[in-house]
Amino acid sequence: MMFVPGNNPGMMADAHIYGPDSIMLDLEDSVTIAEKDTARLLVYNALRSVDYGDTEMVVRINPLNTPYGRKDIEAVVKAGVHVIRMPKTETAAEVEEVEREIEKVEREIGCLGRTRIMAAIESALGVVNAYAIATASPRMMGIALGAEDYCANLKTQRTPGGDELRLARETIVVAARAAGIDALDTVYSNLDDMETFRKEVELIHTLGFDGKSIINPRQIEIVNEVFAPTPRAIEKARAIIAAIREAERRGSGVVSVNGKMVDRPVVIRAQRTIDLAIASGIISEA
Amino acid sequence: MNTIYERAALVADAAQRMGKHVYSPGTAGKITEARLEFQKKSPKLATLEEAIRRSGLTDGMTISFHHHFRGGDKVVNMVVDKLAQMGFRNLHLAASSLSDVHSPLIGHIRNGVISRISTSGLRGELAQCISHGLMDEPVVFRSHGGRGSAIASGDLHIDVAFLGTSSSDPLGNACGYSRSPNARSICGSLGYALPDARYADKVVVITDDLVPYPNTPNSISEHDVDFVVEVDSVGDSSKIASGAIRDTKNPRDILLAQQAARVIENSGYFNDGFSIQTGSGGASLAAVKFLRESMIEKGIKASFALGGITAHMVRMHQEGLIDRLIDVQSFDKVAAESLMTDRSHKEVSSCEYASADEPGSAVHYLDVVILSALEADVNFNVNVLVGSDGIIRGAIGGHPDTAADSALSVIVCPLLRGRIPCIVDEVTTLITPGSTVDVIVTEYGIAVNPARPDLAARLREKGMNVVGIEWLRDKARSIIGRAAPLPFGNKVVGVVMNRDGSVMDVIKNIEPADD
Repeated sequence: MMFVPGNNPGMMADAHIYGPDSIMLDLEDSVTIAEKDTARLLVYNALRSVDYGDTEMVVRINPLNTPYGRKDIEAVVKAGVHVIRMPKTETAAEVEEVEREIEKVEREIGCLGRTRIMAAIESALGVVNAYAIATASPRMMGIALGAEDYCANLKTQRTPGGDELRLARETIVVAARAAGIDALDTVYSNLDDMETFRKEVELIHTLGFDGKSIINPRQIEIVNEVFAPTPRAIEKARAIIAAIREAERRGSGVVSVNGKMVDRPVVIRAQRTIDLAIASGIISEA
Repeated sequence: MNTIYERAALVADAAQRMGKHVYSPGTAGKITEARLEFQKKSPKLATLEEAIRRSGLTDGMTISFHHHFRGGDKVVNMVVDKLAQMGFRNLHLAASSLSDVHSPLIGHIRNGVISRISTSGLRGELAQCISHGLMDEPVVFRSHGGRGSAIASGDLHIDVAFLGTSSSDPLGNACGYSRSPNARSICGSLGYALPDARYADKVVVITDDLVPYPNTPNSISEHDVDFVVEVDSVGDSSKIASGAIRDTKNPRDILLAQQAARVIENSGYFNDGFSIQTGSGGASLAAVKFLRESMIEKGIKASFALGGITAHMVRMHQEGLIDRLIDVQSFDKVAAESLMTDRSHKEVSSCEYASADEPGSAVHYLDVVILSALEADVNFNVNVLVGSDGIIRGAIGGHPDTAADSALSVIVCPLLRGRIPCIVDEVTTLITPGSTVDVIVTEYGIAVNPARPDLAARLREKGMNVVGIEWLRDKARSIIGRAAPLPFGNKVVGVVMNRDGSVMDVIKNIEPADD
């Protein structure tokens, strides 16, 4: 998920050419108070007129306790955004409030249920409530860690190894998995240190995150490399999927590959590998 | 009849029959001065004013310059100021290129010192004034190869060449580098100055580092030089060349570079012994970086790299990935240093580099070239000279030469620059004909010339995003809309020559914007 400031038309116009899976146009922290209205108008028009192709379009709105949050929701829902990202989410009630606002606009324009929600967790309270937030609405598609605010709240600071984020990261992944939605990791801002960035991506990949938030197209390749399945894993996954199809054809409930029985988790993992390989552009079909 | 005295009559007889004088020893005797002192009295040493006077230059003649000192050049302004002061008028200035630093020429055009210009490029205020109609005679634009050919054939006759050099000895053995501790204005190759040195009627070498004879190995030979002028400075070294490799961090350039590198890797030309040339733009340099990785991975080595040589190319040569460097212009200090020290790094003239009619010119043996563009059109024509605002803001360089003679020409061009579409219906000015352009790489897709279906098939087979050139034009239009036509006037301010000496296009004057 690539962050793009909502007040920068040049970057908004072609953010998709670098091939991020999703683009998050930001109306919150990267936009000064004086530019909130301008940015909202720009983001509205970008969503309406730029052809972003298959890229998932996300907008980070301002919190509802500011004068901008409701106007943001109205504008981006009308513009057809795929996902609204809530900043600094701490309770399920906040999600429900955003959902009500979304519904109001969707009813008005006749597209009820179109907009999904992602919540950024950026405080200790948010981490404690992670599962409640993740299950607060059927529109919830993911939760994400916002590390800068979280560290400030925790009275610590970020370190290259990320020890301070350990509990938050693990909690968020577990909550997301329990809720059956995606988990996204926080941004890494030092563009001159690609080595530490790669280590961080490897870490969160191991932890089970579905993806990483990025601030520059130059970070995309590393994320794709780390998340891309190896050719051997793809081969194995293909064999498992083929065995299942074969079993289904024969009407048999038991699936085996190379003489070994295949359990349901193995099948799910194989399907995920294939999906990821297709998403990473390594293979075109299963 | 066996002594000199006795043979004198026969000597006189032989001399008469041959129409020669009989030898006489004279009275001067030998010069016994130590030679380090003696060479300081070289008859070629002169002040700039003396050199101009003794060169026989008169009003209306052609003077020439090279552009190896790039934005740091002091020679053109210094010489033309002196010519103006000496009262010359109506001169034809034939430079290999001109840039921002040459805006003082505007005054010399207005006061009649310069009445005609031939060049490869124009930039800055001078370019702007000329675009608005400053000159009565149109500027003649040639490619580097085209200029070399024109000088060699006499089409562009040079009366007096004023050639700035980084070092010279008192006899005129000169180079774009220096081995002396006083080395100041280092530019590396003097490739664009070599045809001038060879073919001009008179050659004035201007240097800020006069070194003892013999300044070898040399680029310009004393044989071609008539005068040597020592000055305080020929260039501002900080603006001549940067010191080190600078990699672009612009994500769009990186994306374009990656795509260009992949096009080359999958083109069928990426084989052991291939040859390559790239421009000096961010995307071209980054493409070299990606190619380097593939070359290492696949064990492929290049036989030579050509053209403007950069630190990237030098590094790959030192790593054993490129066998030889053929250098008409050194783009940075690393390249200049390598040219001075490495015998596999060869300096060539613009004729040997890119002349169309010289069978040995290096471009004929070039597999792949990566080039940039200001605009390209649906017929694959490319413009690198005139901006989409109608103002001249670039240089032809070796663009049409390398596109025409390489086996594969890859043009890297963003679809959009801000709100300017770069793939259009028709280029503002025709510089490189579409028939010589094979691939255009944009951030939205890759267009392959329909004349190369083989290439398009190979790239598609490798999963590359090959699209129609019209699709790219439409895409740009859908994002930006249609531009209003440019307010060109009726005066021809520039003529674009093809490299074969024919006239290819003209540039019309453009009204100044009201701001």
